[in-house]
Amino acid sequence: MPTVLLLGAGSDMAVAIARRFAATQYNVQLAGRQPAALQPLQQDLQVRYGITATVHAFDATAYDTHAAFYAALPVQPDITVCAFGYLGDQEQAQENWAETARILDANFTGAVSILNVVANAYEAGKAGTIVGISSVAGERGRQSNYIYGSAKAGFTAYLSGLRNRLFRSGVHVMSVLPGFVNTAMTQHLTLPPLLTAQPELVANAVFKAVQRKKNVLFVKWPWKYIMLIIKLIPEFIFKKLRL
Amino acid sequence: MQKRLANWGNYPAIISEESAYTQEEQLRSFVVAHHGFIARGNGRCYGDASLGKHSLSMLKYDKILSFDTVAGVLETQAGVTLDQILDIIVPKGWFLPVTPGTKFITVGGAVASDVHGKNHHMEGAFSGHITEMDVITGDGATITCSPSLHTDLYWATCGGMGLTGVITRVKFGLKKIETAYIKQKQIKARNLEEVIRLFDEYKHYTYSMAWIDCLQKGDSFGRSILIVGEHATKAELNPKQGQAPLQLPAKPRLTVPFNLPSFILNTFTVKAFNWLYYGKNFKKEINNVVPYEPFFYPLDAILHWNRGYGKAGFIQYQFVLPLEQKEGLVAILRRISEKGWGSFLAVLKVFGQQDSLISFPMEGYTLALDFPVRKGLFAFLDELDEIVLQYGGRLYLSKDARMKQEVFWKSYPNARRFAEIVNTYNPGKRFESLQSERLHII
Ligand SMILES: Cc1cc2nc3c(=O)[nH]c(=O)nc-3n(C[C@H](O)[C@H](O)[C@H](O)COP(=O)(O)OP(=O)(O)OC[C@H]3O[C@@H](n4cnc5c(N)ncnc54)[C@H](O)[C@@H]3O)c2cc1C
Repeated sequence: MPTVLLLGAGSDMAVAIARRFAATQYNVQLAGRQPAALQPLQQDLQVRYGITATVHAFDATAYDTHAAFYAALPVQPDITVCAFGYLGDQEQAQENWAETARILDANFTGAVSILNVVANAYEAGKAGTIVGISSVAGERGRQSNYIYGSAKAGFTAYLSGLRNRLFRSGVHVMSVLPGFVNTAMTQHLTLPPLLTAQPELVANAVFKAVQRKKNVLFVKWPWKYIMLIIKLIPEFIFKKLRL
Repeated sequence: MQKRLANWGNYPAIISEESAYTQEEQLRSFVVAHHGFIARGNGRCYGDASLGKHSLSMLKYDKILSFDTVAGVLETQAGVTLDQILDIIVPKGWFLPVTPGTKFITVGGAVASDVHGKNHHMEGAFSGHITEMDVITGDGATITCSPSLHTDLYWATCGGMGLTGVITRVKFGLKKIETAYIKQKQIKARNLEEVIRLFDEYKHYTYSMAWIDCLQKGDSFGRSILIVGEHATKAELNPKQGQAPLQLPAKPRLTVPFNLPSFILNTFTVKAFNWLYYGKNFKKEINNVVPYEPFFYPLDAILHWNRGYGKAGFIQYQFVLPLEQKEGLVAILRRISEKGWGSFLAVLKVFGQQDSLISFPMEGYTLALDFPVRKGLFAFLDELDEIVLQYGGRLYLSKDARMKQEVFWKSYPNARRFAEIVNTYNPGKRFESLQSERLHII
């Protein structure tokens, strides 16, 4: 049975992805900062799908633990999904470096640190799939969330470089750019229903795209065009917009 | 997130701030930080019981924690739906001990309404099968309760409409089955008299209920179809069914995508439907073996059938009358047939004995009727309430959207004791629904 590793397994999106893979008989490794909180999900996956699920302590910002964390996994996963992230508060981050650092570390530095380890292992083994959940927010910086957006932009660029590097070793790297997703992270926001995906929809799209070895996945198709338009707006106009 | 929320009857509808969490610690922090909110399952109660200015959706709290396939015990978080549970337990030879007429409800909703099924006269309500459960009460503590542990909290939570706290985890016993099929018998009854006699004659069947045509007068007043059934054994299946006796039924696809104009369900269409249903081509008795789905959940095959009642929504009026008060049933059905406000669905069922604090069932007849919301309806239902009170009956809180507070306080004999317990676990109305405000329960 193949194995999928979920980094940041507590998020709503990760739960849906875990179930989607488990339903197709993948064993699942759940990694997160609070392993005790992942236990109900571990039990759920085992009861529902009859697969083996394990729980592992993982802190995205404890960089020096990442190599050991990966080496200690019971089996090397065939697929690694990097699903952690932190939306944070843009206004607070403008005033307060600690918040900015938290946003950058959770969405960029931490992801790069752990995926460096995974990428080297996959490259050596000449197999594996890396899925990075980035965001459409990284496609262009906007005043309302450019700190989060810039971290995600960095992550998107990192994934594209990694894809380029690992292509020759047969390792597949996929960037996922969900738009709005109905999760705990966004429940205080009012989101446009047509552009908002349920976590299950994201999970299904990720699952299928992994099978098809897609490079970049926009979860709700309008986003691809919305972001295209947003990227095409000339900067002298863009800077005057309140976005 | 701000959302327009309504339950299955689409009446009433409110704008509510909805929150949802996947972890117990998040639920706990939410509980201690908020006032005046109510836990919400899948919104399949008909009225206003799970509506509040602020609601805590439990649908993401949906992990199945353990399944003992030998003893038949399941432990789940409260937001898991019965539909998900059936998918897991049926192929392993187990079934729900009690199920309502829809499988799209959560375990938390099953407890908070203490739901009953077609087997109430034999196997009681949902509360009778729980071995233990956890509730986060007003002070943020998780209390494990059961029929022998923190019993006041236990009995006030079963049927307590979410007012004692947030149910988080439930452990309950399942029922062994040999096949995923039901051996059913449908018998046509000429009138109310006959269906009541048939209920008695077939009371040894585990499952029973009847569909009544409310629009008939005279000799066919209360004509009905009694449906009884048992879980089929392997030997009772036909060869094709026998190849995979525990196979899950195929998933339905039909859905009513939007609200139909309300004139579609006027007296004329109800008459036509009932004519087709009870019509001449229905034999006196039909016996067959069917998958469990159409037997238990005939309406689930049409997802969102409630939209057929139009935008104004509808009220489901379900009451129970003590066994010896059959005339009460006649009186109510008479009023309905006189008024000509027939209900598309009228379901009659006999409950067995149940002693409980605040749960709906008691030994007697229960009838459930649908009425589209229209001018004059509430005044008419107030009249029916009077008859229910007069005969010592009560209304199902899970279906209620409009009864007056006096009716609740007069008809639930333990209402005061219930309110006292609620006040100890829910000080300062932390948990509060439109219904609890309307009925002044707390
Ligand atoms: C087609 C149809 C047929 C039905 N047939 C039957 C039947 O045969 N027998 C029967 O008994 N009922 C029946 N019902 C009613 C239904 O079973 C109940 O209303 C049930 O409680 C709905 O559960 P829910 O998960 O949708 O919860 P909701 O409707 O969202 O909430 C119902 C109540 O449960 C409370 N609640 C929900 N979750 C929690 C929680 N975690 N903690 C605390 N409180 C909570 C809410 O506050 C509310 O008071 C039927 C409903 C439909 C639509």
